[in-house]
Amino acid sequence: MRAILIRDLRLAIRAGGGFGLGLAFFLIVVVLVPFAVGPRGDLHSVIAPGILWLGALLACLLSLDRIFALDYEDGSLDLLATAPLPLEALVTLKALAHWLTTGLPLVLVAPFLAVLLNMPAAGYAPLLQALALGTPALSVIGTFGAALTVGVKRGGLLLSLLVLPLYVPTLIFGAEAARRGAEGLDHGMPLAMLAGITCGTIALLPFASAAVVRVSLR
Amino acid sequence: MASLWEYANPRKFIATSDRVLPWVGALALACLVLGLVWGFFFTPEDYRQGASVKIIYLHVPAALMAINAWLMMLVASLIWIVRRHHVSALAARAAAPVGAVMTIIALATGAFWGQPIWGTWWVWDPRLTSFLILLLFYLGYIALWSAIENDDAAADLTSVLCLVGSVFALLSRYAVLFWNQGLHQGASLSLDKKENVADVFYLPLLVCIAGFVLLFVALVLLRTQTEIRARRMRALLARERMG
Repeated sequence: MRAILIRDLRLAIRAGGGFGLGLAFFLIVVVLVPFAVGPRGDLHSVIAPGILWLGALLACLLSLDRIFALDYEDGSLDLLATAPLPLEALVTLKALAHWLTTGLPLVLVAPFLAVLLNMPAAGYAPLLQALALGTPALSVIGTFGAALTVGVKRGGLLLSLLVLPLYVPTLIFGAEAARRGAEGLDHGMPLAMLAGITCGTIALLPFASAAVVRVSLR
Repeated sequence: MASLWEYANPRKFIATSDRVLPWVGALALACLVLGLVWGFFFTPEDYRQGASVKIIYLHVPAALMAINAWLMMLVASLIWIVRRHHVSALAARAAAPVGAVMTIIALATGAFWGQPIWGTWWVWDPRLTSFLILLLFYLGYIALWSAIENDDAAADLTSVLCLVGSVFALLSRYAVLFWNQGLHQGASLSLDKKENVADVFYLPLLVCIAGFVLLFVALVLLRTQTEIRARRMRALLARERMG
């Protein structure tokens, strides 16, 4: 198990793995927003939590098709599927590797980018909590979407279309928690709902993803 | 006593649906014509909404069928996963575009009604938003069906998507409820007499709903037949090329 995780992490970090891609995209989104909406600091601080969530979500989406595509093309997915490790565990590991290389860095840079968007000081802790709780769900749901489209050539657009509606509840609760935090309101309830979504998807979706990968490898 | 599972046999399904289809189609047409003519020309105008109230005869049945079509696909997907009857998978595939069109009708008629009454084509109201999400689910489902070449694999993948999608669709329904307070009025139909829409509107509306249900059944039967025949034709062509 650990070997697979380390292998996936290495593949992602080394050249061509797309490790920096998500981060760069996140940075671009956040930096370009003020140019698009004009230099009004008060406006930025209102939309900051939403923009940061949206940027993180899109950056996540960008790297999803790498989860299975390369392994599927060179045949190592067949080998991994016949290994003694259950496919459910493999899928979970893939999601974990995706989160460690995409979700976690996004969470870590978000506070620095929040400065650029003039976010109120009260909002930093809720934003970090919401992103840290919500991005694992994005990775797990994304892994399910990637598993569905693994056999499809150039399935990038299809993957986005499939994942888009699945991301809605996570985005709503995550952005709501961050927004309420930034406005100094109580953000416990959306945060709890977000945690519930994350726990539920981690517990249940790997079974669906594994079933789907099995169909694609048949 | 004939079992329902007999219709899992494609030949039997086609034979029976051939017999039923003209009746269902004719009845659907009759109900729709009766309900719409009755509703559009022989019901009074609402004292506040004027003539625009009459869009209810399209909007409510379409919205109802948009949700029920997804439910039907969910049941068909479950039958495919559990019992692997091909007709069931094809029926789910056949229902998806019909459901998507019903969703679009509901969204479009709602927009036409909302413009004069609410003063806006679109608001991010929970009901409207859930329907938009439902439409995205339909589009993703249809796209996945057409993207995968192997029929059995496509049926498997889309049924899993339908199951997972149903859970997420419900989740989104309650998430948007939490996210925004609605502008949309409560349900027009209710078993509670007081909540229910007034009788003058209610009776033609019921006829319209019956018409939409029958129309949906007719379209799904027809499209399932087409899918079965298309698949049979592909098999025949493949056999010819082999031999």
